[in-house]
Amino acid sequence: MGRYVLRRLLQFVPVFLGTTFLVYVLVWTVPGDPFAGMCGDRACPDEFVTAMRTKFGLDQSVFVQYFQYLGRFLSGDFGQTYDNLSIGEQIGTAYPTTLRLAITAVAIQIVIGGVAGVLTGLRGRGYLDNLVLVGTLCLISLPVFVTGSILQLVLGVDLGIIDPTVSADASWGELIVPGFVVGSVSMAYVTRLTRASISENRRADFVRTAIAKGQPRRRVVGVHLLRNSAIPVITFLGTDLGSLMGGAIVTEGVFNINGIGGLIFRNVAEKEGYMVTTIVTLLVLVYLIMSLIVDLLYAVLDPRIRYD
Amino acid sequence: MRRRTAAAAAIPLSLALALTACGSKSGGDNNANSTSKSSDATISIYGTNPQTNMLPANTTEAGGAKVVEAMYSALVGLKPEDATPYNLVAESITTTDTKVYNIKLKKGWKFHDGTEVKAHNFVDAWNFAAYGPNTQLAADFFSQIEGFDDVYTKDPDGTDGPQKPPTPKAKTMSGLKVLGDYEFQATLKAPFSVWSAKIGYRVFAPLPDKFFTMDPADFAKNPIGNGPLKFVSYTPNQSIKLTRFDDYPDPTKKVKFKDLEVRIYSTQEAAYKDLLSNKLDFMEALPPSAKAGGKYKQDLGDQVLSANLQGISGLSIPEYLPEFKNTDLRHALSMAINRDQISKTVLNDGYVPADGWVPNGVKGYEPGACGDFCKYDPTKAKELLARSGFTGKVTITSNADGGRKEPLEAACNSIKNTLSIDCTFVPATDFGQFRQMITAGKLTGLGRSDWSADYPSIENFLNPIFRTGGSSNDAKWSNPEFDALMAKADSTANPDDAIKLYQQANRMLAEPMPKIPTWVEKGVGARSKNLKSAVLNCRRLLEYSTVEV
Repeated sequence: MGRYVLRRLLQFVPVFLGTTFLVYVLVWTVPGDPFAGMCGDRACPDEFVTAMRTKFGLDQSVFVQYFQYLGRFLSGDFGQTYDNLSIGEQIGTAYPTTLRLAITAVAIQIVIGGVAGVLTGLRGRGYLDNLVLVGTLCLISLPVFVTGSILQLVLGVDLGIIDPTVSADASWGELIVPGFVVGSVSMAYVTRLTRASISENRRADFVRTAIAKGQPRRRVVGVHLLRNSAIPVITFLGTDLGSLMGGAIVTEGVFNINGIGGLIFRNVAEKEGYMVTTIVTLLVLVYLIMSLIVDLLYAVLDPRIRYD
Repeated sequence: MRRRTAAAAAIPLSLALALTACGSKSGGDNNANSTSKSSDATISIYGTNPQTNMLPANTTEAGGAKVVEAMYSALVGLKPEDATPYNLVAESITTTDTKVYNIKLKKGWKFHDGTEVKAHNFVDAWNFAAYGPNTQLAADFFSQIEGFDDVYTKDPDGTDGPQKPPTPKAKTMSGLKVLGDYEFQATLKAPFSVWSAKIGYRVFAPLPDKFFTMDPADFAKNPIGNGPLKFVSYTPNQSIKLTRFDDYPDPTKKVKFKDLEVRIYSTQEAAYKDLLSNKLDFMEALPPSAKAGGKYKQDLGDQVLSANLQGISGLSIPEYLPEFKNTDLRHALSMAINRDQISKTVLNDGYVPADGWVPNGVKGYEPGACGDFCKYDPTKAKELLARSGFTGKVTITSNADGGRKEPLEAACNSIKNTLSIDCTFVPATDFGQFRQMITAGKLTGLGRSDWSADYPSIENFLNPIFRTGGSSNDAKWSNPEFDALMAKADSTANPDDAIKLYQQANRMLAEPMPKIPTWVEKGVGARSKNLKSAVLNCRRLLEYSTVEV
């Protein structure tokens, strides 16, 4: 197991270098001068454009720029955006918010999705089963911004139960509705996955053995059945958490959450090369770590799975 | 099992509801404050990330403008309805020939750090802004002052070439002279009657002595101004906080509330929702989804604020495209656009058709300067098209975001249907790339050319756009007669006589038509129920002194 983990960690390095270089080159080769639109309906003064270009090293070749950037990144200096704001600070404010939103979303998925899936999986057909199936179908088919806008209008503006937008501190309570919105589609998937997995494993050998041994139903379901049915769900949740860390651009826009998604979107539009590359680099790292954790969890859940 | 299920479901549900309740931010505090005492209230307004560091001479876009307007007061203030200038920090501005201006300051004006506003604060700030290597975005606003060419140099081969602009000869402009603590003199290169209004623009604000002892970037982190509100904090992507400066001497601009929060939103839609539930107090513009079908009128009723904006939209016809040189063709295209219909339908009455190159509300506006050429007339248009012998196709280029695409597509369709020639809308990637295309002279057809006045003058609608080499001369048009007339108007000492000449120049544009005027935007904003009153001024900003809670 130790060797496996070590091998995976070593694989991070080439993946990290490769992705960051690719992103860097892509961002810089997008046509358009980041300074052209900064002066409204008139051309920017020559001095300004030249000074900015020198400051950000835009007059050198891409390779040189990339290595300079990498050097600074590894020593912790994330640099500044074109309007002289610290990139590190902005990411530092946005990332915890995105993290809280992602965790809230996954928690809602597990609680609502998991419970609904287990119940319907155990019961088989019936009223609850049909209700859940139709409900999940609706959630999957509605785009996130529709769900978000409707909930914002109904709960926020009309009924006044929540505030239409999330405040700057983005506390856990405020993130419940946005978390639900961003996780709504995944929650539907979790429900269906759990349902399918449970109803398949319900008739498995080990369950029959456990019942024959006289174990209480609670233990049969709670320990044996759940643990083995969880594998496909864990895979899904792991990758979902990883992608949620990347920010939920649409939901963040609807609820005005200051998170990573909105940060990337704005900075791509403004052609802020450093900001975009830095964020994507961090996201790649997070994603790699998440998938490693998920893989390790398999071994915990299912004793049959072994890594050399 | 059923009872267990119910119990199992009840716990997370109640937990969720409880968290939602305590999660609801205490926006209730805003309301509590505003009903107690008006002088202690906090108001919040819609904001976007400033694109620069908010030094007055560096701020030319809306995000930073609303903050700079609050933090700094210039020599001259501008009235909210029509930007008529009046003396603010200046006690008097006198000139006999509109070339040499003698400016006396009122006493008792202080910066937020307690130091007095003196003449040298203005002169030093203006020299700083104009000096090329300081890379202030609004440097060319000082170009009329004598000695400007010695402090600001241009890049000899353009910004893309390897050469850099040479170091300027001097650090201060010879035209600015400090005559005493409260008096200075400004000499312009040539007489220019509008200058006494131009200096009301925020880039001409003074800077405190402290600014000149530190790195501008450090100063910008905690700016000190002389305006009615002083800086508290700026958290990027979240908010900019300002608070009332109690030692502000001028009653017309003094603010009645205590704190101002400029809340930064990533989308206008989210801000609009907050406005509807009274969590946001003011927006100076409404999102297209709210304006569609006049929905905002139902939602907001008497909370809607409107203003005559000093701006105009049009389509530039590039001089470097030979196929569009024929003036009959230009007139035909202009007469083929059904401005009334487009304003009513696509633009939801938020715009009015333009009838000249200067909008209503600017001093010197004359209705019908464009004459029949801006009226929809399909028969005449077809006649002129036939006479011009044009057989090619027409394109209109613009950035497609921000609601720019729809009315231009409608204009294109109008041209297509009236003249039976091919017309397509060509989207540019974004605003920055679009402006690059224009500056580089790479348009392939007509291009959207909108203009918002920097300062209230008919001159500002003509010089930057139609003068040879003007900073916004998108069509790259050059007409020596027009230039001569403008030069004459600029140097006419009497403002009323000058306006007559500017009006002549305005009318002169009808024949060659370098730009087809399309429409003029009506400013539509809104306030929340928390504010008793507020005024949207003609520059699309909240007039802070008019807010009553």
